[in-house]
Amino acid sequence: MTDSGHNRGAGANEPLVRFENVQKTYDGEILVVKDLNLDVERGEFLTLLGPSGSGKTTTLMMLAGFESATHGDITLDGQSLKSVPPHKRNIGMVFQNYALFPHMTVHENLAFPLQCHGVDKSEQEAKIADAMAMVELTGFERRRPGQLSGGQQQRVALARALVFQPQIVLMDEPLGALDKQLREQMQIEMKHIHENIGLTFVYVTHDQSEALTMSNRIAVFNDGIIQQLDDPETLYEKPKNAFVAEFIGENNKLIGTVKDVSGDRCTVELESGEMIKALPVNIGGVGEKSVLSLRPEVITVEPGADNTCDDIHTATVRELIYMGDHTRVRVETCGNDDFVIKMPRGSGGRSFDVGQDIKIGWHSQDCRALDAA
Amino acid sequence: MASTAETDVMIAADGVPLKTKLRRAERMRKIWALGLIAPLFIFIVGGFIIPIISLMTLSVEDPEIPDALPRTAEAFSEWDGKDYPSTESMIIFAEELAAASRGEFGRVSKRLNYEISGFKSMLKATARAADDLALLPADEILQGYIDIDKDWEDQAYWRAVKNASSPYSDYYVLWALDLKRDGESREIVSVDEGRAVYVEVLIRTIEISVAVTILCFIMGLPVAYLLATLPTAKSNLLLILVLLPFWTSLLVRTTSWLVLLQNEGLVNDLGIWIGLWNEPLELVRNRLGVYIAMTHILLPFMVLPMFSVMKSINPWHMRAAASLGAPGWKAFLKVYMPQCMPGVGAGTLLVFILSLGYYITPALVGGPDDQMVSYWIVQNMGRNANWGLGAALSLILLGITMVMFFIYNRFVGIDNLKVN
Repeated sequence: MTDSGHNRGAGANEPLVRFENVQKTYDGEILVVKDLNLDVERGEFLTLLGPSGSGKTTTLMMLAGFESATHGDITLDGQSLKSVPPHKRNIGMVFQNYALFPHMTVHENLAFPLQCHGVDKSEQEAKIADAMAMVELTGFERRRPGQLSGGQQQRVALARALVFQPQIVLMDEPLGALDKQLREQMQIEMKHIHENIGLTFVYVTHDQSEALTMSNRIAVFNDGIIQQLDDPETLYEKPKNAFVAEFIGENNKLIGTVKDVSGDRCTVELESGEMIKALPVNIGGVGEKSVLSLRPEVITVEPGADNTCDDIHTATVRELIYMGDHTRVRVETCGNDDFVIKMPRGSGGRSFDVGQDIKIGWHSQDCRALDAA
Repeated sequence: MASTAETDVMIAADGVPLKTKLRRAERMRKIWALGLIAPLFIFIVGGFIIPIISLMTLSVEDPEIPDALPRTAEAFSEWDGKDYPSTESMIIFAEELAAASRGEFGRVSKRLNYEISGFKSMLKATARAADDLALLPADEILQGYIDIDKDWEDQAYWRAVKNASSPYSDYYVLWALDLKRDGESREIVSVDEGRAVYVEVLIRTIEISVAVTILCFIMGLPVAYLLATLPTAKSNLLLILVLLPFWTSLLVRTTSWLVLLQNEGLVNDLGIWIGLWNEPLELVRNRLGVYIAMTHILLPFMVLPMFSVMKSINPWHMRAAASLGAPGWKAFLKVYMPQCMPGVGAGTLLVFILSLGYYITPALVGGPDDQMVSYWIVQNMGRNANWGLGAALSLILLGITMVMFFIYNRFVGIDNLKVN
């Protein structure tokens, strides 16, 4: 993982792309993107993650030049893109539906950007061969897109976006049309391709596991605002607000009011009366509402005497779902009947009965007190 | 179901072979399907295929003399065309001329007059004296003919009778191409310059059709593109405007162009009033009028197929092309247009073929030099009562259409065409 810090130095350390106070509206009433400030570092794999309508695709389209920013500026390599038309930006793009040209063979599809960039005929062949080898499609040059499977078309689209060696490659949910297994395989391949060629990738998706798998950094979008920009680990383990905690991975939510803040712990009183100790991450003062976030895997079931859990509660088992490698136990505790615990295979998760009362515990540092979104 | 070991025939539960069961089940469906297409099939055979075939046969039939003078036709066809026909056949000719009814004689004289003009009056005189002529002894018969009209001494007239004696001939087809068979050698030669009409008409027909097709393409392309790229609500409204001309009759649309474009018409008045020109321009009764009116009438046939194909083109392709470094014009030419070709092909083929057969519009807004082949088909079938020539012109028109189809098939591929 690369450094996630904002290195605002000069020269090579300067970000490749910089969004400065960018705003975008389509109808003059609603801002789709609100005051966006984002740096894309050289060589990184940055994912814009968010639900639909969160502004992530609009951000990508503004960078590609298919949409113009209503306010603010976007720079690529220090140059403002304001008056640069899409075809002069030297930005490769993989589209959601691939947008391969159906009347051209795979070879012609790949030759098209090279012709547009005035690459010599002999050089073209070498580049096309390299790109085809990179996506492991050598031998498919004479086929037309219609004769390829979805996964193969996806690879051709990727090869076409890379073959002319753009400064940056943008991808708009390129794996959306593939089935789960192929999608996961392509995620790994894409990650490897990125590592091998060291180009800057900006990737848009609404699939959090996809984002976690491939990215160096993830920008979580919601409501036209970047909610959090961090590497996958930080994003998952240390979400800064309730939206991020809820959107990335599974999350148990407890809602209450802050009663006391002292040092690195706060106490939150739930509506059901329980007092919970939590790590104050993003809370107002005493008396403000807060959402507590607990990942299913930080919960210990029936903590023994030797464990270090400092918050233990009683829970009633409501549902047991066998998932193979783990058992999902849904319990009712602290006034929340949708509280999920993941128990790895062999840890006795199946021995419970529905309706049985059990003890659950966690470390108060894993319980994050966030804003009441 | 069970299978008997000896015959290996699959048997259904009630003992009937499975294949028989299947056939029975399928039969009803086949009868249903045939029943549904039968009305259209009968209509097409009766209303389209049979008339076309009979019209085509008309162009190679030459029935006047074999029908009216059957024995003469037989006798003359045995003559080798050298010198004079045998005296017996001259006698038979005179006998049959004498016996011919008024109608039969009219058809024969008209047919022979096509061969050599002036034949008609000569034949009339001969027919009046035919009764006596038939009675002449064999060695005086030729002199008898020559006494009636000295032109009978010219073997060309006798050969003309022979040449028209076969029930089938390429006479009319050649005529429609300004060709004829030489009376003596029977080789195909051009007709005299003064009589040549139809090659020029055919070339003009193709010329007008090509020009109208090109004009429709140039004017239709932006309209189709606009329709395909606008939001559905707006494009539907515009589509209705494109279709609007279909709701008025062809004749009304053509005559309204006549009203608009004539010397005292709206266009000329407006032009003069604004001061664009001072004298009324000749906008109608010439080629310009034909182009304007035909392009207007045929435009929807170009727009609709192009629109339906353009609508199916993924709009992201243009963005993809731009992201790959293609400026707008290049993306349009290399990415958009090639995908439009099925629609362009269908549109141009449709407009071209419809133009080839245009009659009313050039007849109304064109001058004498702007009449297309359909005009001459009507002229020959109607006023001239020359069905053979009319049919031959139709045959050639059909031939041109088929050739165009063939060329299209080679370059665009008929199965690639998309009309809607």
